[in-house]
Amino acid sequence: MLKINNLHVKLEEEEKVILRGVDLEVEAGKVHAIMGPNGSGKSTLSYVLSGRDGYEVTDGSATLEGEELLEMEPEERAAAGLFLAFQYPVEIPGVGNMTFLRTALNAQRKARGEEEISAGDFLKLVREKAASLKIDADMMKRPVNVGFSGGEKKRNEILQMALLEPKMCILDETDSGLDVDAMKLVSEGVNALRDEGRAFLVITHYQRLLDHIRPDVVHIMANGRIVKTGGPELALEVEKNGYADILSEVEA
Amino acid sequence: MTLPQAKLDQLSARIAGLHFPSTGWQGKARGAALERLSAMGLPVRRDEYWRYTDPAKLVAPQPQAEVWGGEVAFDEIDALKVVFVDGMFDAEASDDLTMSGVEISRLAEAVTDLHWAAEIYGELETKGQYPAQRPFAALGSAFATDGLLIRVTGKADRPVAVIYRSSSNTSDVNLHHCVKVEEGAEITLLESGDAAARLLTVMEVDVAKGARFHHVRAQGRSHQRIVNTHVFARIAEEATFKSFTASINGVMTRNEAVLDIVGDDAVAHVAGASVGDGSDFHNDDTVFITHAAERCESRQVYKKVLKNGATGVFQGKILVKPGAQKTDGYQISQSLLLDGDSQFLAKPELEIYADDVKCSHGSTSGAIDETALFYLRSRGVPERRAQSLLVLAFLAEALAEIEEEALAEDLRLRLENWLDRHEG
Ligand SMILES: Nc1ncnc2c1ncn2[C@@H]1O[C@H](COP(=O)(O)OP(=O)(O)O)[C@@H](O)[C@H]1O
Ligand SMILES: [Mg+2]
Repeated sequence: MLKINNLHVKLEEEEKVILRGVDLEVEAGKVHAIMGPNGSGKSTLSYVLSGRDGYEVTDGSATLEGEELLEMEPEERAAAGLFLAFQYPVEIPGVGNMTFLRTALNAQRKARGEEEISAGDFLKLVREKAASLKIDADMMKRPVNVGFSGGEKKRNEILQMALLEPKMCILDETDSGLDVDAMKLVSEGVNALRDEGRAFLVITHYQRLLDHIRPDVVHIMANGRIVKTGGPELALEVEKNGYADILSEVEA
Repeated sequence: MTLPQAKLDQLSARIAGLHFPSTGWQGKARGAALERLSAMGLPVRRDEYWRYTDPAKLVAPQPQAEVWGGEVAFDEIDALKVVFVDGMFDAEASDDLTMSGVEISRLAEAVTDLHWAAEIYGELETKGQYPAQRPFAALGSAFATDGLLIRVTGKADRPVAVIYRSSSNTSDVNLHHCVKVEEGAEITLLESGDAAARLLTVMEVDVAKGARFHHVRAQGRSHQRIVNTHVFARIAEEATFKSFTASINGVMTRNEAVLDIVGDDAVAHVAGASVGDGSDFHNDDTVFITHAAERCESRQVYKKVLKNGATGVFQGKILVKPGAQKTDGYQISQSLLLDGDSQFLAKPELEIYADDVKCSHGSTSGAIDETALFYLRSRGVPERRAQSLLVLAFLAEALAEIEEEALAEDLRLRLENWLDRHEG
């Protein structure tokens, strides 16, 4: 599904290198987790994959189902099936959440040559998905993420994911700032989307989320590289001993 | 005191060839206006409130602008329509001017010696000449060729829509309206149309106790047009005055609003949304609100979207007179600059002579929020569509000032269409 090859990235405006040769392959139907200390480049990886400005790819490649991702505009990547649940979802005053969701869904459909969804069908679809994430009607009426609590913002990310039905879902610290109940809702939302044709890349610091969303593969990222890859037990090791052991072992 | 030659030269250039009607009550009012005008001359760039906008552009000898023959704003709204073509009343295109609770007559026909409008015509304009001079308004009072005299005695059951059309690309139009909204009465006045190569209007509005006056206008389409409007209002106790202007395109637009709140517990709101593309575009809102009574509320909400070297100007003042306690005055002016060449010039002012008041003003210039733009695009919204969503979001706070949703929606669609036409 997603193949990242020797990806090197620096900041566009500064001589600061952030990713130093990331190699990663996520197969369809699988859940991969990335863990790693703060500042190791996890968010940068997710932004570069989704096409945010400000970064320069100096080497390497990334493909989604064989298509070269890094050449595409952000909206083309979205239409191709890539989705990023933001670590910090963005507030957009003046743009209603419903308008936003409908515009996004229809734009993607149009880009894929599909028909736009009717207002009635859209309403039904949103209500159903929102209900399962316990997002109330009032939140849908407000501007995008404005006045939402941290947990509401994260649930709104998952709602967008559920509506857009992407093939490749990247979740950047979706668990941070969530209480136990919200974490459960979010995980259920994610698990409901697990499917043979869909893959997940879950960036997190905590085992907690991985108790709910069981990963097939766990990667440790440090200093702009994947330094270790293993099974779910790797996450447990991090939980118990932190990153220090793993990092010194890698450096040795 | 003698006037600088430049002011006199501008004046004689501007009024050369204009017709001066001198009969009846109007003769007196116009004569007085001409005296005011001659004493002031026309403004020059050095004058206060003209530093950001060159008055010479309003004096251009032979204005020219393309004629827009298409539909205009508020076409779909059920209203009593009054049409002017090149400043001439068009009876064929207009509805019958009778309406329950509203008396409409035309300035050009109100030639008798007695008319209710004699108490208003040129009077509110005269009061509005102090403390800052507005010579173009006096020019309008002296030389207007026509206009509407609207007296509202009850609750009008639908808006009056004034439509300005042009048939010639050199039309130079000068209209003067008087509106008297009597105690407890209520009306909505709409204005739309491409108007003229040059349009000068003065509207004087007297809002009596407990009366409500709503004004929504659209200035649009024609790119080369020169527009210079003035609204003077006297707002009595418990009365409400609300005026909104959407201004699209135009090489020179100067909209002045001079509002005098003279009765307690009154409300005065003015707002505007303007969009312009290109270094020719110049759009100026100049507002002066005087609080002379207690517990009154005023709001000024202006938003301008500027691209490719366009210029936006906002000059807004709140003057709170001694004794105008519990005044609540709010003013915000913001621009969204879509590139580095466009500019927004703002002069927000507060002058307060009462101690128990709440007044605030703010003015900002900003670019499109790149983070929001990326967020929208990452969800599949194409860049241009995302940009236009954000621009409309920026304008939304101004549009929210319009009470009637159907009118707001009409303008929102027009602004959206403009954004589509001016993408990239
Ligand atoms: N736009 C940026 N400007 C400056 N520094 C940045 C920018 N983006 C990322 N960085 C730096 O790159 C490093 C990696 O950041 P990030 O990808 O957010 O790490 P993580 O998500 O793993 O915590 C950090 O040192 C961060 O400060
Ligand atoms: Mg991060």
